[in-house]
Amino acid sequence: MSLRRPAKDQPETFEFNSSSLEAAKTIVSKYPKGKQQSAVMALLYIAQRQNNNWIPLAAMKCIAKFLEMPYIKVYEVATFYTMYNLSPVGKFFVQVCTTTPCMIRGANKLVEACKEKISENETELSSDKSCSWMEVECLGACVNAPMMQINDDYYEDLDKEKTLEILEKILNGEKPKPGSYRGRVNNEPENNRKTLMDLKNA
Amino acid sequence: MLKDNDRIFQNLYNDMGSDVTSSQKRGDWVDTKDLIDKGRDWIINEVKSSQLRGRGGAGFPTGLKWSFAPKEVGSRPHYLVINGDESEPGTCKDRDILRFEPHKLIEGCLIAAYAVQAHVCYIYIRGEYFVDGEKLQAAIDEAYENKLIGRNAAGTGWDLDIYIHYGAGAYICGEETALLESIEGKKGQPRLKPPFPALIGLYGCPTIINNVETIAVVPTILRRGGKWFASLGREKNTGTKIFCISGNVNNPCNVEEEMNIPLKELIEVHAGGVVGGWENLQAVIPGGSSMPLIPKKKCETLTMDFDSLMAEKSGLGTAGIVVINKDQDIIKCMARIARFYKHESCGQCTPCREGSGWMWRMLERMAKGEASRDEVDMLGDVTNQIAGHTICAFGEGSSWPVQGLLRHFKKEIEERNNLDLIVEKKNTIPYLVDQHLLDKKNA
Repeated sequence: MSLRRPAKDQPETFEFNSSSLEAAKTIVSKYPKGKQQSAVMALLYIAQRQNNNWIPLAAMKCIAKFLEMPYIKVYEVATFYTMYNLSPVGKFFVQVCTTTPCMIRGANKLVEACKEKISENETELSSDKSCSWMEVECLGACVNAPMMQINDDYYEDLDKEKTLEILEKILNGEKPKPGSYRGRVNNEPENNRKTLMDLKNA
Repeated sequence: MLKDNDRIFQNLYNDMGSDVTSSQKRGDWVDTKDLIDKGRDWIINEVKSSQLRGRGGAGFPTGLKWSFAPKEVGSRPHYLVINGDESEPGTCKDRDILRFEPHKLIEGCLIAAYAVQAHVCYIYIRGEYFVDGEKLQAAIDEAYENKLIGRNAAGTGWDLDIYIHYGAGAYICGEETALLESIEGKKGQPRLKPPFPALIGLYGCPTIINNVETIAVVPTILRRGGKWFASLGREKNTGTKIFCISGNVNNPCNVEEEMNIPLKELIEVHAGGVVGGWENLQAVIPGGSSMPLIPKKKCETLTMDFDSLMAEKSGLGTAGIVVINKDQDIIKCMARIARFYKHESCGQCTPCREGSGWMWRMLERMAKGEASRDEVDMLGDVTNQIAGHTICAFGEGSSWPVQGLLRHFKKEIEERNNLDLIVEKKNTIPYLVDQHLLDKKNA
């Protein structure tokens, strides 16, 4: 089990803005009448997006009210799932996969790069407070290992130099191009494709 | 090697684009109405005769699962849920289906929903696949625009709505009942079975849950016939499967191949061989991190299907092959997997919540050579205390890789860890009570 605690400094209030509110209503309509609790996970995401990548306790209260469910149940969900950030992580949140398939292809080099560029410790904001990094469990892009995720995007087939380049960019506030950094196409075997050859470059 | 025209996922590498027009060129949605007009029984029988087994890890026969859905819809509606939570280390096949072959999945949803009489389908995607989920959503929107789903979907007279539900980084939600809890807006903690979801599932209603890959192959099976699918592979292990080959290989890749393909062929032909040559191979995890590893000498002749791997006391699982060569420390690799399970345990059952942490800590020490001689057997004992004593299969999933390590690499562990016993064997001291004595400070 992973242990997760909310941040010490919490804002007093949280309200959905109009676009979030609209998105929330659309989500609720996906589920049967009376089962609006199903929308809690999506609403936590919406709150996280609106609130600069993290969820304050006030947002959980707001969601509980919106979905007419007990606050503790929202809190339970927010602390159970690891993708909800309970404390500020900065504008760019770097997640480095270090599970075995990535580990044996050198994920520790990516961690080194993060330590050099962002901060010495995991989940610690960089000096300009714009980003943070953490080690995470398998992100499901094992054939593109080692890889990392920055916000929504996957950066694949990395090594230390390329990671440093990417981190340099995000520290300058730019968004690097997602995808493979060895120029390979999706999940095909590099320069060794033996299947579906008729379709290649079709 | 499988003939190219027998490959179901023609767009696995996105050579042709994933939009509806390109998908139709590949044969998706062409005669969906004709397939559905043949009726429920025909569909289920055809899937049964194809001997398709679920691609999510357990390998349960799909046709049989569908036939568990109640024949008549009672007061409670039926649901179809697609499991795209793919979080097993070593596995990344569903992601490619979601982003490159979404219409195969959506068409499969329509056929499956008709077969089990569901009007609503939820596709559960892990939260990290947000970008790929957006691509699937675009495909769903396209399908609605083209009247392929929605009211009177594809002219079949059947109504179907498809919604995406994002997870949020919990591996356990790949377990079907945890997934249902998650859709209901709760913590993803598995339910006791029985009752099985086919009778009491989502919102207490009959629910059929299938993996993304399972559903996506169904339209092709119906078009080309269950017999064609059954002719590939071998008895009870039929058809094709997407294999994900990762780790120490020269060209890690996803590839669709026939079931029962030799492991050596997958690694040597498709993945460009082991880094440092075949002789440098140490072990292979054949089916995602939950499956016990297989040492090199058995890899020579091993074929990849459910039953032949079962005979080796391992399993096909999700067919995520992780190749580990001799440059790696095998104990460290397994310790990292144990850490994964320690992190992902949902905390509901004590043996798993506590035991997964024990296994991780013991393996970390064993990797460093800080364990005492008796701990090797103790570790084996801990795994046996977990497996089979939990609500869901996570207990097995977390202890099997450790058991695999002990089975095949016990000698390596014992060579590295030969410290004297910390507590001399006395029958009056149950060893697990003395866990604190094994802490680093006191050792």
